[in-house]
Amino acid sequence: MTTAINGRHIPDRLTSPAARALKSWEGLLLVVAVAIFILNALASPYFLDPWNLSDASFNFTEKAMIAFAMAMLIVAGEIDLSVGAIIALVSTVMGLAMTLGTPTPVLVLLGLGTGLLCGAFNGLLVAGFGLPSIVVTIGTMSLFRGISYIVLGDGAFTGYPESFAWFGQGYVFWVITVELVIFALAALVFGVLLHRTSLGRMVYAIGNNATAARFSGIRVERVRFILFLLTGLMSGIAAICLTSRLGSTRPSIAAGFELEVVTIVVLGGVSILGGSGSVLGVVLAALVMGLVTFGLGLLNVPGIVMSIVTGALLIAVIAIPRLWAMARRR
Amino acid sequence: MQAEYRPQDGAAPVLSLRGIVKTFPGVRALGGVQLDLYPGQVTALIGENGAGKSTIVKILTGIYQPDEGEILVDGRRVALPTAQAAGEAGVTAIHQETVLFDELTVAENIFIGHAPRNRWGLIDRRAMRGRARAILDGIGADLNPAVRLRDLGIASKHLVAIARALSIDARVVIMDEPTAALSHKEIAELYDLVEKLKAQGKAILFISHKFDEIFRIADRWTVFRDGQFVDQGLMQDVAEADLVRMMVGRSVDQIYPKRPARIGEPVLTVAGYSHPTEFADITFTLHRGEILGFYGLVGAGRSEVMQALFGITRPSKGACRIEGKVRVIRSPAQAVEAGIVYVPEDRGRQGAVKGLPIFQNVTLPSLARTSRVGFLRLTEEFALAREYTQRLDLRAASLDQDVALLSGGNQQKVVIAKWLATRPRVIILDEPTKGIDIGSKAAVHDFMSELAAQGLSVIMVSSEIPEVLGMSDRVIVMREGRIAGEFAGERMTPENLVRAAVGLDRSAPPPGEGEAA
Repeated sequence: MTTAINGRHIPDRLTSPAARALKSWEGLLLVVAVAIFILNALASPYFLDPWNLSDASFNFTEKAMIAFAMAMLIVAGEIDLSVGAIIALVSTVMGLAMTLGTPTPVLVLLGLGTGLLCGAFNGLLVAGFGLPSIVVTIGTMSLFRGISYIVLGDGAFTGYPESFAWFGQGYVFWVITVELVIFALAALVFGVLLHRTSLGRMVYAIGNNATAARFSGIRVERVRFILFLLTGLMSGIAAICLTSRLGSTRPSIAAGFELEVVTIVVLGGVSILGGSGSVLGVVLAALVMGLVTFGLGLLNVPGIVMSIVTGALLIAVIAIPRLWAMARRR
Repeated sequence: MQAEYRPQDGAAPVLSLRGIVKTFPGVRALGGVQLDLYPGQVTALIGENGAGKSTIVKILTGIYQPDEGEILVDGRRVALPTAQAAGEAGVTAIHQETVLFDELTVAENIFIGHAPRNRWGLIDRRAMRGRARAILDGIGADLNPAVRLRDLGIASKHLVAIARALSIDARVVIMDEPTAALSHKEIAELYDLVEKLKAQGKAILFISHKFDEIFRIADRWTVFRDGQFVDQGLMQDVAEADLVRMMVGRSVDQIYPKRPARIGEPVLTVAGYSHPTEFADITFTLHRGEILGFYGLVGAGRSEVMQALFGITRPSKGACRIEGKVRVIRSPAQAVEAGIVYVPEDRGRQGAVKGLPIFQNVTLPSLARTSRVGFLRLTEEFALAREYTQRLDLRAASLDQDVALLSGGNQQKVVIAKWLATRPRVIILDEPTKGIDIGSKAAVHDFMSELAAQGLSVIMVSSEIPEVLGMSDRVIVMREGRIAGEFAGERMTPENLVRAAVGLDRSAPPPGEGEAA
């Protein structure tokens, strides 16, 4: 090729990925997490107790599991607001089965299956019929939880078998809970999925420009469907953990979860417009949220004030990069 | 209204740029350039894609801030921190694609952001309509200011865009490739408009890739190359060849690099492709090593046929065979598997994925090859991207750079590299050189011949007759969704093509005859 001879050499990279990470959102989050950790340690003598910290991890583990899948959805430019309702439906299905004397392994499989089915339903409506995901999942949010209310009314399912309690109340080693281990595994799996596989690459391409991604031969609808399926599955796992930890199912279980999950994802630096973000950011955001909630709890701050603080934190954290950019342009 | 203005030589420039530097992450877009705009004169800004023309327009309109250098209006240093400030300083721009609002009226579109107010601070609709009428009359546009924009055709919308640019009392008018999307008649009207603006004493910055146009309406020229100022002067003192040499830094062979082709067996056979609204009964054969041109007027249905072949839209009827095997193509993914790839006309929306780095754009359709059981292998990706971007002589700071930071011509190279990396059998190029400069154009043409010589089959949709005739072995002309004629050899003349495209050529042979020799 004559043109090959003329072709200029173009370097692969100018800045190393490591150098980029130092200046990144994730770097900032890490600083914030450490700062809150130190503040908490100074503010309360009970904070540094390993058992207290272990208990506090329940603040975020279940939400964070879903947040990883939600992060992929949001990077792809979609959203799933039905995750709290999926938990309610999954928990209700497991509760019904439990009253019939179903053994724990089957309960777990039922939970995972119901989560997948809910995800598949959302995915079908969005990817199959081309409906906007925000509308679809607001709809299924009412639908899934509605089913739960019809089944349970004012009642509750209680009396889960003792072996079922392991998921939400068990410890793997010393203060390390089963949920923490699931959280860590999920972080690893989704980190690899989003950053090290072709699927992850396609997710970024779709989030940046779905039309161009389609014109590049990517099966955009298939990817979207898979992402809803994954979110359903993670909601199923979270439902198992939460039901196991509470030991009961009420139709109001996990109410408002979806907003907290989205908060973690956005706090983690995932653009709500799609196209950018990382799993590491979501992990750090989950830790920040957990630490803030725990710290405020230790200081006996009431729940309502806590939600004001988390809301303010979210807005502040989203506004900082904007303000930073504006300041730099001056 | 301003009095008739007579430009004099030696008049002071109304706007000057001195030593403007602008850097983006990894790219020096402008390295200390200068520019002078004189009242009542048209200054043509000439340069290849990536020369820094768009950046200078954005600096003049307050969208970008220069890192260094000064902007002088009437010799006084000014800052243009926002688009509004640029407007107040008297700079306005007619862009390639001005954003207009379909649901608003013509007058509202013209005055959006600076509508006249009445004494209560509300929009004074009557004054707005009156002034809109005056501006439209001034550019010879016969439009009702009260009509909603969505009821207008594309040409009228373009006039509204121009009226909007002129609705602020501008002394400097920037025209960024204003004729790129216009028909002959509209172009003539635009030239009249330029004359009117000159007569009003406005300084005009005219950016165009078309030399005939520049020689026709410009008074002065300025050439940029790779973000550097090369030279400037009066049009009357310069020859086309000199400008081309300054632009590319070398002399460009204007002759099309078409090589004698060795045309082989049929690769793609399309039979009776039809669509309910866009096209009907499209039948043709494409051979190995052949470049098949598709000519026609804008809206003749050429892109729609190509997008059906690529699986974007579904034909209602018809069959497609590749190397003798019937292939049903329902999605781009299936098209790529079948070996058909498509370089779209709409680069910004359908071509490159902006936000992703260059190497990820190149490997996007080849991920199955560069990854192992679904896991990415960056070394393989960089190797593939390096190979194909170098073959296309891409200009970029690094392969890790966001494609959005590249110029249009270089984005096009990334899209072509992306497809070549899939090793296709058939490549469809839809207006591959539209809006790109001579240097990149020649590179694309050269590369097309090279590909055909290597046995790839090429379909080139183009509305430029010299390009179609210069590059194609055979030409199919489409009109109103149907094949209006097929020409090869001596019958491939500009007259025949145009007659078939506009429907004058009743004697055109039915499709199928005049196959490539």
